[in-house]
Amino acid sequence: MAERRSPAAAYAGRFEAASRGEALRLAELPFLTQIDVRVDPSSPAAGDIGDALGVPLPVEPGTAVRAGSGADEVTVAWLGPDEWLVVAPEGHRLELLRKGLGDRHGSIVDVSAQRTTLLVAGPRARDLLAHGCALDLHPSVFGPGACAQTTLARAQVVLIPREDGFLVLVRSSFAAYLAEWLLDAAAEYVA
Amino acid sequence: MLLIPCPWCGPREEAEFHYGGQAHVAYPEDPAALSDEEWARYLFFRDNPKGVFAERWSHSAGCRRWFNALRDTATNQIHGVYRVGEPRPVAS
Amino acid sequence: MRRDGGGRIDRSRELRFRFDGQEYTGHPGDTLASALLANGVRRVATSVRLGRPRGIFAAGGEEPNAVVQIEEPFPEPMLPATTVELYDGLVASSLAGQGRLAAGPDPARYDAVHAHCDVLVVGAGPAGLAAARAAAATGARVILADDQPEPGGSLLGSRDEVDGVPGADWAAATAADLEGRPEVRVLRRTTVFGYYDDNYLVAVERRTNHLGAAAPAHMARERIWRIRARRVVLATGAHERPIAFAGNDLPGVMLAGAARTYATRYGVLPGRRAVVFAANDGAHAAALDLADAGVDVAAVVDPRPAPGGPWAARLRERGVELLAGHVVTAARGDGQVSSVETSSGASIDADLLLVSGGWNPVVHLYSQSGGTLRYDETIGTLVPDGSGQAVEAAGAARGVFALPGCLADGTGAGARAASASRPARPVDVPRAEETAEDAPLAYWLVPAADYTEHFVDLQRDVTVADVHRATGAGLRSVEHVKRYTTAGTAHDQGKTSGLLTSAVVAEALGVPVAELGTTTFRAPYQPVSFAALAGRDRGALHDPVRVTALHEWHVANGALFENVGQWKRPWYYPRPGEDMEAAVLRECAAAREGVAAMDASTLGKIDVIGPDAGEFLDRLYTNLMSSLKVGSVRYGVMCRPDGMVFDDGTVIRVADDHFLVTTTTGNAAAVLDWMEEWLQTEWPWLRVHLTSVTEQWATVALVGPGSREVLAGLAPGLAVGVDDFPFMTWREAEVAGVPARVCRISFSGELAFEINVTSWDGLRLWTAIMDTGLVTPYGTETMHVLRAEKGYPIVGQDTDGTVTPHDLGMSWVVSKKKPDFVGKRSFSRADTMRADRKQLVGLLPEDPEVLLPEGTHLVATGTLPEPPVPMLGHVTSSYRSAALGRTFALALVRGGQGRHGERLYAPVGDTLVPVTVTSHVLYDPEGARRDG
Repeated sequence: MAERRSPAAAYAGRFEAASRGEALRLAELPFLTQIDVRVDPSSPAAGDIGDALGVPLPVEPGTAVRAGSGADEVTVAWLGPDEWLVVAPEGHRLELLRKGLGDRHGSIVDVSAQRTTLLVAGPRARDLLAHGCALDLHPSVFGPGACAQTTLARAQVVLIPREDGFLVLVRSSFAAYLAEWLLDAAAEYVA
Repeated sequence: MLLIPCPWCGPREEAEFHYGGQAHVAYPEDPAALSDEEWARYLFFRDNPKGVFAERWSHSAGCRRWFNALRDTATNQIHGVYRVGEPRPVAS
Repeated sequence: MRRDGGGRIDRSRELRFRFDGQEYTGHPGDTLASALLANGVRRVATSVRLGRPRGIFAAGGEEPNAVVQIEEPFPEPMLPATTVELYDGLVASSLAGQGRLAAGPDPARYDAVHAHCDVLVVGAGPAGLAAARAAAATGARVILADDQPEPGGSLLGSRDEVDGVPGADWAAATAADLEGRPEVRVLRRTTVFGYYDDNYLVAVERRTNHLGAAAPAHMARERIWRIRARRVVLATGAHERPIAFAGNDLPGVMLAGAARTYATRYGVLPGRRAVVFAANDGAHAAALDLADAGVDVAAVVDPRPAPGGPWAARLRERGVELLAGHVVTAARGDGQVSSVETSSGASIDADLLLVSGGWNPVVHLYSQSGGTLRYDETIGTLVPDGSGQAVEAAGAARGVFALPGCLADGTGAGARAASASRPARPVDVPRAEETAEDAPLAYWLVPAADYTEHFVDLQRDVTVADVHRATGAGLRSVEHVKRYTTAGTAHDQGKTSGLLTSAVVAEALGVPVAELGTTTFRAPYQPVSFAALAGRDRGALHDPVRVTALHEWHVANGALFENVGQWKRPWYYPRPGEDMEAAVLRECAAAREGVAAMDASTLGKIDVIGPDAGEFLDRLYTNLMSSLKVGSVRYGVMCRPDGMVFDDGTVIRVADDHFLVTTTTGNAAAVLDWMEEWLQTEWPWLRVHLTSVTEQWATVALVGPGSREVLAGLAPGLAVGVDDFPFMTWREAEVAGVPARVCRISFSGELAFEINVTSWDGLRLWTAIMDTGLVTPYGTETMHVLRAEKGYPIVGQDTDGTVTPHDLGMSWVVSKKKPDFVGKRSFSRADTMRADRKQLVGLLPEDPEVLLPEGTHLVATGTLPEPPVPMLGHVTSSYRSAALGRTFALALVRGGQGRHGERLYAPVGDTLVPVTVTSHVLYDPEGARRDG
C-alpha cells in the first residue's frame, strides 16, 4: 500500500540540490500539525486555549509566538482578530485544544493538510523571497516574532520569519507551483 | 499600486484586497415589506461621487476582514479606514 | 573619429562589432553610438516618413534618430544606439522608424524584485549623488538608481572638479562610499520608468545586456525593481533641446552637450570643424571643451545681442568668431552637413553643427507622480511645481543647472528626505567652482519663408510647416496639435521635441508658451520590453497551476488535462488509439454500467462552525439547512440578492454546530469571501466561524452500479447496504486503511459515493481503488456528460448570472417557508416572474449524429427572416451520450418550460439544424438508478 504523500514531496531532490551552496536552504517540512483556532480573544475560552498551548494567543496583529521545544514546540501565528494558526510537530494537539475550548463558542479545525510548510533559509533567503513578496522583509520590520498572510509570487502564503530564514506556509494545491517558482528564482543564488 | 491600510494588518498592496462597493448600504430589515421600486433601489442604485467615497474592502489575501475606507475617487487618496460597526469618521 | 587620449574608455581592449554589414571596432566604455562616431559613421537611420538620412543627435536616452535594430546575440528592435553599451560580437543595423521582433522565443531569464527604502534617489549625477550621500549619512535606507553603467551623470562628460578632484573621480568615490554602507543600494544601468500611487516606483535594471554572448545564462538579463519609497528625490537632470531651422535634421547636426560628452567621456570627436548655434553660456563652455579636444570651432552663433559671460571672453581669446545677435538660417549638405548659413550672410564650411536651444529639466517622473509643472519664463522651460506625493526634485531636474547649485540642492533634498525616517545629521556640501553666467535666452525657431525643412520632431518627421497646418486648421490645444501631427508620439515620446512643438504652436497662435498649458507625462519614461515586465510570470509560471494530491497519478496514467480556473483537472484518460470521443463514451459507459472514479478534490470546502451555523446557512441558501440532521447531506443553491444563482453544492451536517459546505471548483474563494461579507458586515451577532478546508481533503467520487461492492471491499467496517447507508447521508469509516468521510451523493444519477480523506492520504486511497482492477478513471468531460444527461446544471456554464433557480427548473430548492434568505425578495419582482424568461431545457437534434456547438443560437423558423432575427436562446452544454445513443444539448430558451415538444432551429455555419425541445432531464427521469 502506498504511503501518505506531502504536497511538495516531488521537489525534495531539487530542494536539496539548491541547498548545496552557502546561499540558501530550501526544504519542505512535511506533515506538521496545523490547527486553525477561532475564538473571541477576550473570552475565558481564549485564555484556556492559551493554557492548553502553553503560551497565550498573540493579540497583536502580525505577530507570532513560539514556545516549548522538541516535540512540544509550538508556534502560534496571528491570522486575524479572532483567528490563529497553530503549527507544531506531527502528533496532535487537536484534542488538547478542543478540551481548552470546551463547549464554548469558537472553532478548532484541523488544517494540517490544507497547507504545507516550506523552509526558505540561508543568507539569501530574504533576497529570494523579495522576488515575489511585496512586504518589507527587512529584519528591522519583519523579524522573528512577526508573521504575515500575504502573497508570494502568485500564491497566498503565511510567512513566519525565523532567526535564519522563513517558514512559508502555502496551500497544498499551490505547493508545486511555488516550489517551481522558488527554484527558478533561486537560480541566481545557487549557480 | 495603491497601499491600502488594513485596520488590522497595516498598509498592504492593493492586490491583496477585494473591492466591495459602496459602504453603509444595509440589507433591508424586512425585504418583503418593500415595494419593487424600493427593493430595486437597494439592489441596483449606488452613489458614484467624484471625491470622498465610503466603500467596503476585504483584506482577502490577509486577515480576511471586511472594513470600510474613505477613498477620494479623483486622487485615490485614502483618508481613513475603519472597522465594520465603527461610525464613519469625518473626512479631513 | 577617436581622439588620441582622454575619455573613460579602455583603449587597451578592442571590441569587434558589425553595423549594417560593416565590421568595426570600439572599446569597453563605448556605447554603440560613440563607437560609430569613432569609426566616422554619420548616417545611422533613415527617417520614417520622408526617408531622409539621419545621424546621431544626442548622447543619452533622449536620442530621437539613432534607434537601431540589434540582430545578435538576440534580436531586439528599436534601441537607441546611445544607450547600447558596446560588447564584443554585437551586430546591429539601422532602421527606418520601425524595428522587427524576434521570430523565436527569447532564451534569456527575466525577473523582478520588491524593494523598500526611506529615500529613493533617481539619478546619480551631481545632485543625485549629493542627495544620496546626505540621506545615507543619517543611516536611512537609501536606494540610488541611475541609468548609466557608472555614476556621475553630467560629471562624466565635463571637466568640472568637485571637492578638488575631477568630477568623475568624486562620483566614483562617493558611489563607492555609498555602496559600502549596509543600508544603501546603488543600482547602475537602472532606469526608473514609472511613478505610481503611494510612492511606488518601477525601474528596469539591465544586468547582462552589456555582456553580449558572454552573459551568464543563470542571471536574469533584465530585472524589474518595484520600489516602495518613503520619500523620493528626483535628480533626473535635464535634456538639451534643439532649435528649428532649415535642414536641422542633417547628419552632423548634434546637440552641443552631446558633442561635449562624446569628446570628454568617450574620447571621440563627432566632427572636425564645428559651428555652434546656441543662446546659453553652457554651450559656450561646451565649445571650449571641444576646441580643447581638437575640434576646429569655426564660429559660435548666439542670438543674444551681447553675450558677455566668461565663456564668451575665453572663446574670443582663443580666436573663435562669436556671431552675437545672429542665428543659423540653414544647414546645407548632401547627406550630411558640409556648410552652415547664418543670418549675417556667411556660409561657413563645417561638418558639425552643434545646437542648444536651452535645457529642459527631466520632469517626466515628477509629472507621473501627480505633480504639476509650471513654465518658467526666465529659463524658458517647464519646472516642477508641487506634487501630492512625498517627492522633490533636485538640481537640473528643477532648473538649477550650475554645478555648485546642483550639489547644494541635492544635499538639501537628501537631508530633508531622510528626516522623515531618521534624526538629522549635518553634512557638508561638496564644493565646486562658481562661474558667473549670462542669462540664457529661450530660442526656438529661426524665421523663414518656407518651414518644410524646419524639423520639430525628428523621429516622427514633423516639421514646423506641419504644426502650422494644424494651427491653420483651427487647432488651439497642444494636445490636439500633437494628435494631428503625431509630434511627440514616437518611441522617444518627444523628449527633445515636446517643448519645441509647444513653443512653435505658441508662436503661431501669438500667445506666450506658458499660456498653452503643460502636457502630462505618463509611464513608461522609456520603452521597456514586455519580457522584462513579464519577469518570471511566463511559460509554466505564467499563472499558478493548482493540482490535487492525485495529480502525479493522473499524469503518469496519461490523463489529458482541462483548466478549471487555476486548477488542472483530468479531462479524460485516452487509451492507446482512442480519441476524445471514444474515450469519453467508454468512461461514460463504465460509470453507468460498471464502476468509475473521478478526482473531485477541487471542489471548494468550508467548515461552518458555531451555534448559529444553521441559521447562517438558512440566510444564504435558498432552501432550509437548519433542519438537516447530523449525518445527512443536502444539496443547496445560493443566490445573489438579485435572485440570480451564484453557486451550488452540498451541505453536510457534521455535528449540531458544525456544517461542511462544498462550492463549485471555480468559486471557492468567492463563496468564502461572500459568506464572510454577510457574516462580518450584516450579521455580526451570529455566532459562526468559517474556515476553508478545500485542500485539507482529497475527494474521490466512486460511481456506478458496482460502486457499492468496490467500497465494501475497501471499507470492510462500513455497512454499505441501501438501508444502512441511504442516499444523502454520510458516514465515517476507514477506507483503504485511511480514516475517511464517505457521502452517498451523486452527480451522475448513478449509485455513487464521495470519499473524503486528508489530502496526504489521497493518493493512497486512489491507488487502492485503482488496484482493485475494477474501476475506470474518468475525467471532467465524462462528468459533464453524465450530469447533463440528468439535467444537472453547472453554475457558470449553464448559468451566467441572469438565471434564477426557477429558470433552471429547480423551484423545489427554493424554500417557501423561510421568511427571508438572500435573493428571496427578488423572486417576486416583475422581471423574475416573466413567463418568457430564458429557462433550461433539453434539446435533441433531429439528426442524432449532429453535435451542436456550445453557444449556438436558437431561432424559431427553418429559414432565416430579415434581420433582426429574433433570438430565442442559446446552447449552454452539448455532448454525445453513450446512454442515450445520440447527441443532446442543454439550452436556455425563452419560455422554454412551455416549449417541450416544439421544434426550433440552430444556425450552425450555413445550415439551420432542426432540434426538438425536451425536458432538461433526459436520462432516468424517475431516479431509479441512484440506489444501484
